[in-house]
Amino acid sequence: MSETVGQQHPIGIYLKVWLLLFVLSTFSYLVDFFHVEGYLRWTLILTFMFLKAGLIIAIFMHVAWERLALKYVLLVPLSAIAVLITLMAIEGDYTFLTRETFFDP
Amino acid sequence: MTTQTDESTSYTAPGIDGLVSDWSADKQAFDVPWGKLMMWIFLLSDTFIFSIFLTSYMNVRLSQTDNWPNPSEVFALEIAGTHMPLILIAIMTFVLITSSGTMAMAVRSAYSGDKRTTVILMAATALLGASFVGMQVFEWSKLISEGVRPWSNPFGAAQFGSTFFMITGFHGMHVTAGVIYLSIIARKVGRGDYEKKGYAIVEITGLYWHFVDLVWVFIFAFFYLW
Repeated sequence: MSETVGQQHPIGIYLKVWLLLFVLSTFSYLVDFFHVEGYLRWTLILTFMFLKAGLIIAIFMHVAWERLALKYVLLVPLSAIAVLITLMAIEGDYTFLTRETFFDP
Repeated sequence: MTTQTDESTSYTAPGIDGLVSDWSADKQAFDVPWGKLMMWIFLLSDTFIFSIFLTSYMNVRLSQTDNWPNPSEVFALEIAGTHMPLILIAIMTFVLITSSGTMAMAVRSAYSGDKRTTVILMAATALLGASFVGMQVFEWSKLISEGVRPWSNPFGAAQFGSTFFMITGFHGMHVTAGVIYLSIIARKVGRGDYEKKGYAIVEITGLYWHFVDLVWVFIFAFFYLW
């Protein structure tokens, strides 16, 4: 027998999350289907994306039940990615403006 | 100097022996099986790889001055005479979510000791993953036949092709590897290889599989819907 019993949770929570993931995916598809545009589109896409990602990480990957030490190992390094995204967004925007100014077709 | 002889607690051993004992002594920070921690470390590094891909995609899409092709139309299909925007990608998303659900159930059955159900659910997960890869092959073939290349495409910005092939290709490679990984572990579970060791391995395999689904959530949102 294994020394660790491992992650055992009631079947109901998996089925509920499964169903929720289906519903959220349908919603994100409908955003495209009904041609929602502009800021509403981006807000909806990001909301559904973060909800889906959160459910998968917390429940399916059991992070919700892990100890804080492991949670920090997984979540703190992601702040480096946030920094990268910010820097690259500024850089991309700058390149775009430069191209518009000097290479306007 | 102390004259401690118990090597497992000694911090005074010189040279290589000291290095080995310092790094491998009985000190535990994480209360999870070793393999599971290592899978998490790998997934963290993989998160960085995919983040860098998606960030570079954001960067080239922000800075290009051409028209970005509308993914909704590029990935549309005619089904029974009806024009369905983005339909193949939607089906692929549902297939991958279904496979994540069967995987979560497989982990649960493994820990409750139901070997037969575990093998069936893992096989179902692998099968769904394989069908996902099949649909991706179809998608690639369709785009290639329409003239989409990593360096140009008939719909607009050339960067579309390069980011598409790199991001979906790398993700598809992960799914393919996952299908192989799942098949191997399912076979070993069925053979009873883990009777003594315990079934943490199914949870570890599950972590990898859920991660592949997780990455798809971001690719779906940023590449196909944005």
